[in-house]
Amino acid sequence: MTLTPILTDTWDAERSWKLSTYEAAGGYDGLRAALAMEPGAVVQAVKDSGLRGRGGAGFPTGMKWGFLPPPDGGPRYLVVNADESEPGTCKDIPLMLTSPQHLIEGVIITSYAIGCHHAFIYVRGEVLHVYRRLLAAVEEAYAAGYLGKDVLGTGYDLEVTVHAGAGAYICGEETALLDSLEGLRGQPRLKPPFPAVAGLYARPTVVNNVESIASVPGIIKNGADWFAAMGTEKSQGHGLFSLSGHVQRPGQYEAPLGVTLRELLDLAGGMREGHELKFWTPGGSSTPIFTADQLDTPLDYESVGAAGSMLGTRALQIFDETVCVVRAVSRWTDFYAHESCGKCTPCREGTYWMKQVLHRLETGEGTDGDMDLLLDLCDNILGRAFCALGDGATSPVTSSIKLFRDEYQAHVDGHGCPFDPSAAALFLYTPKSARTPALAGAGGHR
Amino acid sequence: MTVTTPKPAAAEPGPVQKPDLVTFSVDGVELAVPKGTLVIRAAEQAGIQIPRFCDHPLLAPAGACRQCLVEVATPDREGNLRPMPKPQASCTLEATPGMVVKTQVTSPVADKAQQGVMELLLMNHPLDCPVCDKGGECPLQNQAMSNGRADSRFQDVKRRFPKPVTISTQILLDRERCVLCQRCTRFTEEIAGDTFIALQLRGAEQQIGRYDVDVLDGDARGGTAVDRPVGEAYPDTSGQPFSSYYSGNTVQICPVGALTSAAYRFRSRPFDLVSTPGIGEHDACGSAIRVDHRRGVVMRRLSGEDPVVNEEWITDKDRFAFTWQSAPDRVTTPLVRDVAEDGTKGELRPASWAEALEVAANGLSAARTAGGVGVLPGGRLTVEDAYAWSRFARTVLGTNDVDQRARVHSAEEAAFLAHSVAGTGVGVTFGDLEKAPAVLLVGLEAEEEAGVTFLRLRKGAERHGVKVFAVAPYASRGLDRMHGTLLPAAPGTEAEWLDGLRTRLTGGLLPPEAGSALLGPEIEALAQPGSVILVGERLAGSPGAYPAALALAEATGARLAWIPRRAGERGGVEAGLLPNLLPGGRPVTDPAARAEIAAAWGLTGTSIPAEPGLDTTGILDALSVGALGGVLVGGVELADLPDPAHARRALAAAGFVVSLEVRASEATRYADVVLPVAPPVERSGSYWNWEGRVRAFPAALDSSALPDHRVLDVLAAQLGTSLGAATPVEAHLAVAAPGPWTGLRATAPGGEAGEPPVVAPGHAVLASWRLMLDDARGQDGEAFLAGTAKRAVARMSAATAASFDVYDGDTVTLATDRGSVTVPVAVADMVDGVVWVPLASAGCRVHDTLGAVPGDLVRVERSEA
Ligand SMILES: Cc1cc2nc3c(=O)[nH]c(=O)nc-3n(C[C@H](O)[C@H](O)[C@H](O)COP(=O)(O)O)c2cc1C
Ligand code: SF4
Ligand code: SF4
Ligand code: FES
Repeated sequence: MTLTPILTDTWDAERSWKLSTYEAAGGYDGLRAALAMEPGAVVQAVKDSGLRGRGGAGFPTGMKWGFLPPPDGGPRYLVVNADESEPGTCKDIPLMLTSPQHLIEGVIITSYAIGCHHAFIYVRGEVLHVYRRLLAAVEEAYAAGYLGKDVLGTGYDLEVTVHAGAGAYICGEETALLDSLEGLRGQPRLKPPFPAVAGLYARPTVVNNVESIASVPGIIKNGADWFAAMGTEKSQGHGLFSLSGHVQRPGQYEAPLGVTLRELLDLAGGMREGHELKFWTPGGSSTPIFTADQLDTPLDYESVGAAGSMLGTRALQIFDETVCVVRAVSRWTDFYAHESCGKCTPCREGTYWMKQVLHRLETGEGTDGDMDLLLDLCDNILGRAFCALGDGATSPVTSSIKLFRDEYQAHVDGHGCPFDPSAAALFLYTPKSARTPALAGAGGHR
Repeated sequence: MTVTTPKPAAAEPGPVQKPDLVTFSVDGVELAVPKGTLVIRAAEQAGIQIPRFCDHPLLAPAGACRQCLVEVATPDREGNLRPMPKPQASCTLEATPGMVVKTQVTSPVADKAQQGVMELLLMNHPLDCPVCDKGGECPLQNQAMSNGRADSRFQDVKRRFPKPVTISTQILLDRERCVLCQRCTRFTEEIAGDTFIALQLRGAEQQIGRYDVDVLDGDARGGTAVDRPVGEAYPDTSGQPFSSYYSGNTVQICPVGALTSAAYRFRSRPFDLVSTPGIGEHDACGSAIRVDHRRGVVMRRLSGEDPVVNEEWITDKDRFAFTWQSAPDRVTTPLVRDVAEDGTKGELRPASWAEALEVAANGLSAARTAGGVGVLPGGRLTVEDAYAWSRFARTVLGTNDVDQRARVHSAEEAAFLAHSVAGTGVGVTFGDLEKAPAVLLVGLEAEEEAGVTFLRLRKGAERHGVKVFAVAPYASRGLDRMHGTLLPAAPGTEAEWLDGLRTRLTGGLLPPEAGSALLGPEIEALAQPGSVILVGERLAGSPGAYPAALALAEATGARLAWIPRRAGERGGVEAGLLPNLLPGGRPVTDPAARAEIAAAWGLTGTSIPAEPGLDTTGILDALSVGALGGVLVGGVELADLPDPAHARRALAAAGFVVSLEVRASEATRYADVVLPVAPPVERSGSYWNWEGRVRAFPAALDSSALPDHRVLDVLAAQLGTSLGAATPVEAHLAVAAPGPWTGLRATAPGGEAGEPPVVAPGHAVLASWRLMLDDARGQDGEAFLAGTAKRAVARMSAATAASFDVYDGDTVTLATDRGSVTVPVAVADMVDGVVWVPLASAGCRVHDTLGAVPGDLVRVERSEA
């Protein structure tokens, strides 16, 4: 297995983020090709390529575009989801930082294909440097005539607005994102209507992930077959695999879908010296965890699903045997409790409760019944919540109890955590003297 | 009422279309429901109650609480039943053909899901039911019993909040009881449009909150407050100080005890209360209410449910203003004034009914001989009382000098009411407003003067795109919330606007300076079938306006409805409490009409006078010069009359005054005999709301107080006449006795627009109307409600303010030769040369202090106060 550097091709170039660097490597050929095609043909090419959404759910991108109702003369929008906030997921941000023109070219082609004249890029609020870089890149594209009135003399007009969110995981959920973009509270909307029918400002809207859109220029330039030739039968093309944690060389590995963790670990120089793999997430914290048993599972939608998890965002967080699974799950649960938008009962209250139970377990104050309590709570949240955030919150809990129940029990029986946290640290570890209380930040007692 | 020969398209509702029916099953019960029906609602029809919190039939589905989860399977293309992978929220799911729904009754999955959600809702709940207002009528309590676990597994730390948050002087919020169903915030957004509370923060910290700079980073829109309440008020989400006339509805729809009313908090337990349906007595909408009382004391009022009138909403005034009925100044026994030997009048003293009736009867017959008796019944009577008053005037007193209008009125108005309102039955309805292409408001500020009518108009504007236009001096917040268009008019120029609109909508050419010529094409919606013109009683003060409204209706085919402010006026028009009208729209001048009424009343010897009588002003004038010998007064506040000083002089000069009153008032001060009557809560009766709909209500409290009709009946008996109104049933039957009038209707009013006054420097034209919450006695004794009344301000345009050398927030004095009021300036986008103040708010009684009426010129000066 070899890497397929396409989006990452120019990351090591001098001033890789400049338009000139991008153009020198053949950038914007895709756009020129697209503008010579009928918009419908562009949609068809993306359909034929087999590109599936890279934002987590893996929905076929061309099919999503095809859901837009026929033009009625009113505006329709493309909204790029650049809110990347899932724990472990760290692909869109480096992509936008190193090669923002990939995304912008994709935005123009997609907008042209779906008949959109105003596209939005919704960037996570905390990443100010990426926001700035995108603003500069958009400015460069305007100056070069790729954006604005009469794109490349074709008569096609396109405006692009880069919008910085305020930093909320839920604003990555596409309908919450749209509400936030409209200036409302970022909470998911009731569906139907789906964004394709009534999205931004109640107009037909396509919401796509950064990587999905950035993959479009290559498809148009090199052809759907070129893209479809990569990957597996049902999971085609290339994707960014983000390795983090206890590996020698963490980072972005762009490879065809279907690559295995064993292959990726080889490329990354293996596990931390002298340690071995304990558990890992295939697609971010919302996907059930795997162990070494899945080292050879092809990382494509179907295989990962068949093995009991989800490909998600291909955020591979690698943990070696020094890591306490209870502690890791507890931190993830803190995240979900903190990020729950509060709209629905199961997620709002359930994460608040699970957070306390996990903190209890971690500090040795758990009881024998707590694991079953957690499993039952997860059963009452999964599939009962309003959106997928609540579902995601249950994944680490359920999967870890299934795989490591003994370790949970050991915390109960030993009245404390059997692990040394400093052994797991990759950097100088200074234990916090005062632990943050379990309820910090919850409720009105501040 | 329809005043024109209706165009067929406008009048005939199309053939009633059978909605497409969808057949599906709930727990094995086959149901056929109209397409679009939500599963939760359909299940109710099968008698299956799915637990719920966020769901409310009048609010858009939210799907937030997840309490209503059910198992669902739907047939695929081949007809094979495919179960949905997860339980579905039945409050957001529309029934589809062949769908199979299993609720908690038949599905263990649904049952567990519901119990799981319930456990999660209760885990952070304080479980303080024993001290909670809602305990005993609480959806959370009840559904925790029916659909929850017996115990909780939650051993951890609960979320807590300092309590309570004061949302207004009237509404309090205990956040720890809140289940975050968002019913309250959805109500403020979807129904009332005054978003005074909103969701804040997220996750477990999410809470309902009022506007808070710490939460919202101080990005209030700022600017001057348009409407600032009297009491403590926090800014709402738009940065304006919270002021809402509908906030009480959130207390009622809150499915837990999180929102409570300051007046009722900790006062009683629901199971100690007796509930009696009632009808709101504070405006002409006839809202269904529920009166909850305990041992003869009203503890609270709630909205009733009436889909065709007020749906499930009422104004805060109808909800909270009820203590007036049991105020300490209630007249509990008849009172008779002592008269000294030399004829000088002494003090009122309690008397027996027998004595009081005798004195009253003797005094009235003497006064009748000495020039006659005028009748001022006031505008708040039930229709039964109104008929008794009308008959008493015509038969016992033999006069047409009767007028219910204790407000600015005109002969033109009496003619308009006789021509287009009386005897027309149910005309334009609330439902019509919701679906009309366009609604034009003239002389009517719906939110202030007919609260739930505003809610219907807003619903129409929000959901059905009804275009609202208002001829008014400035765009109120109410008009803004209906997305309405202002047709800016100085008081007195309404007729000009209406004539301009008529020309425009009938394709005529307008001079370029005419305002209506500047209107966009959207005004043309007013000429579409189904459009409505709503006129308020204030048009009586604008010469030519009623005829112009009629002409516009005639020319466009728009339907016209008259919306008075007081609960009794529509019924009073029907009963003939006007100098030119007999019951049922019969003109007094018509011999056939008089004959019908004489027959209905069984008159033999006496006959009904053939000439129209004096109106309110005429009666007062006649009293003050001794042309009338006496007066019979009902619930009239002298300060409400256009010239209160004149009214006081008139009553002081009157030879004999009989007053029927619930409470001691200015009128009783002048009375020779006071006969106590029952307030609505202590008697049965019915109002006619502005639609013309009969709104009957039973007595809520046992009482020995007598309704007006009974008192008049015994008084008539004392005078040797029968009124046929001794019992409620008799009085009610008397209403129908005359039957419908099939003779000629009164002719349409003529009348020309007056010349607009020339505004001299230092002067402005006075614009004014009453606010819903003001200085009225109907709101007495309710301090929490009073805190939400709007403060008096003088609204004027920036140019007008500049001409008086004042700025926003400065203080001005409005003065006439009679007196002056001093209020803060609020600069608004409005017609120049006009100053608006509330008509009867605390510290700003226009009629009483200034002796002025809208349209008059007043002096305006900067005040250093
Ligand atoms: C809680 C939550 C957070 C999400 N965050 C992101 C995100 O940061 N970026 C993203 O592209 N998609 C995110 N998604 C998925 C989006 O809802 C949506 O499926 C995606 O943007 C569609 O783009 P794609 O089809 O190109 O993958 C999130 C979903 C959920 C439920
Ligand atoms: S699951 Fe519910 S509370 Fe959680 S983020 Fe989604 S809507 Fe908000
Ligand atoms: S205050 Fe009441 S109505 Fe409002 S969200 Fe909370 S529980 Fe619902
Ligand atoms: S009632 Fe259905 S989700 Fe709340």
